[in-house]
Amino acid sequence: MQKNGWLGLTFHTLFILFILAPLVVVVAVSFTSLGYISLPVDGLSLRWFEAILEQRQFIDAFLMSSWLAFVAASVAVVFAVPAALALARYRFPGRGALMAFFLSPLMIPHVVLGIAFLRFFNLAGLSGSFGWLSLTHVIVVFPYALRLTLASVIGLQRDAELAALSLGASPATVFRRIVLPLIVPGVAGGWMLAFIQSFDEVTMTIFVATPGTTTLPVAMYSYISQSIDPLVASLSTVLIVATLIVMFVMDRLVGLDRVLVGKG
Amino acid sequence: MASHAPAASLPRARLNPVPMLLSAPALLLFIGLLLVPLALTAILSFSVYDSAMGVGEGHTIANYIAVLTDDYYHEIFTRTLLMSLAVTLFSVLLGVPEAIILSRMRSPWRAIFLVVILAPLLISVVVRTLGWAILMGNEGLINTALLGVGLIDSPLRLLYTMTGVTIALTHVLIPFMIISIWASLQKLDDSVENAGLSLGASRATVLRRVVLPQIMPGILSGGIIVFALAASAFATPAILGGRRLKVVATAAYDEFTGTLNWPLGAAIAVLLLVGMLVVILGSNRIIERRYAQVFEA
Repeated sequence: MQKNGWLGLTFHTLFILFILAPLVVVVAVSFTSLGYISLPVDGLSLRWFEAILEQRQFIDAFLMSSWLAFVAASVAVVFAVPAALALARYRFPGRGALMAFFLSPLMIPHVVLGIAFLRFFNLAGLSGSFGWLSLTHVIVVFPYALRLTLASVIGLQRDAELAALSLGASPATVFRRIVLPLIVPGVAGGWMLAFIQSFDEVTMTIFVATPGTTTLPVAMYSYISQSIDPLVASLSTVLIVATLIVMFVMDRLVGLDRVLVGKG
Repeated sequence: MASHAPAASLPRARLNPVPMLLSAPALLLFIGLLLVPLALTAILSFSVYDSAMGVGEGHTIANYIAVLTDDYYHEIFTRTLLMSLAVTLFSVLLGVPEAIILSRMRSPWRAIFLVVILAPLLISVVVRTLGWAILMGNEGLINTALLGVGLIDSPLRLLYTMTGVTIALTHVLIPFMIISIWASLQKLDDSVENAGLSLGASRATVLRRVVLPQIMPGILSGGIIVFALAASAFATPAILGGRRLKVVATAAYDEFTGTLNWPLGAAIAVLLLVGMLVVILGSNRIIERRYAQVFEA
């Protein structure tokens, strides 16, 4: 392996600075004691974190986003596990097309999805329904749940299953007692990635969210379009810290590289 | 990572109902909630716009003609195209060297910096864009720092310019480029590089003649992903570009929420989707043909 020269390391330092700068600045600004966007030069203050608690809209939106992401990720996983078993273990006509169809939400611009769901809800009279909103999120996060589940099913050794079957276990028992426990880390990783993708989704949701179903990213987007103050910075800091915690858990559970780079 | 069961033992009955039943729930969900809404949008794009009713009776291609012939929309589509090309170019120029540098790092650092670079993907794009908005304002950190050092005399205009949007969008999307190049760098065989060096090639020559050609498929597929995501980006151009500098996604949004011309907005969405699919599938095909041997390896 070749080593990096000083030029490479300088480039690397600047690159990391570029990557971290906007996140660091958000965190720094949120500790200001002043009433406008500024670095906390004369002392740290938590006043903007306390201010979040007085903004009912953001608390409600946070709860809405968390619940929505929980429901969407869970439903997506329930649909993804059998689909992954079918795609990984059987060769059948149309298998490639089915896979492409299931992964297609990754390729469709979210603004197009938003418009399609808005039109659909509008014609079917479903606007403002939490259940239907969460199903649109299921579509958006399904590819993430499917890919990680698929990776863990493909990586499975079948010896134990075959042994259980030959000893008289029913296919349902084999699935419940052998397959499911073995793919749980992959499924859990898929669930968490789906949760994060649903929680962060803004472009599609902004079309279909109603005043009663406003998610946190949508609320923050609307707020930022009007004005940028330390309140959204402190809110963002809370989100960044929460994401770091989830990432840590995900790393313990499945390995972060597996989730991020997507290689089983 | 292949299955350990030999391929021949895979069930291969032609009309095996099991995989159909297993994938049926997801398939039904996708038909009902993806295919149907997309078809409804396509139909909407051919509907007559009625300023009183919104969507009128009958079908027309007037919405497409309106978008395709109006200079206002030409400007928006051209701006989106140029922005996406610029973001893709910067992602390649920054992403390729960084991925190579990363792959040459020692054990703990390599994994640490890979996570540092990829972790922002999991943080809301609204948060990342907010960071750039704070950095880019006239009294933002970038201008304060540059003015303080004396590099510039008056604040740079970054907020509400395409320069600012391009910088921020490059930041938002470059992790996808790194992931893609990283995957192809993992397949690289060190001994080929060492052979080149031992035969007297300079490090620059080895990079150009040995490393770059082998990671080219990764760069190209990363480029497609970045281009596609840039062309459909919404939150970043909306926040940093302001009301005036519209891109395709924000223009479609405004048709739906501002002017309420839904058929026209749907036509913009369909054009965006078709354009995107042509670019993605077309370039995928070219790459696969050009680099068939690399993909098969």
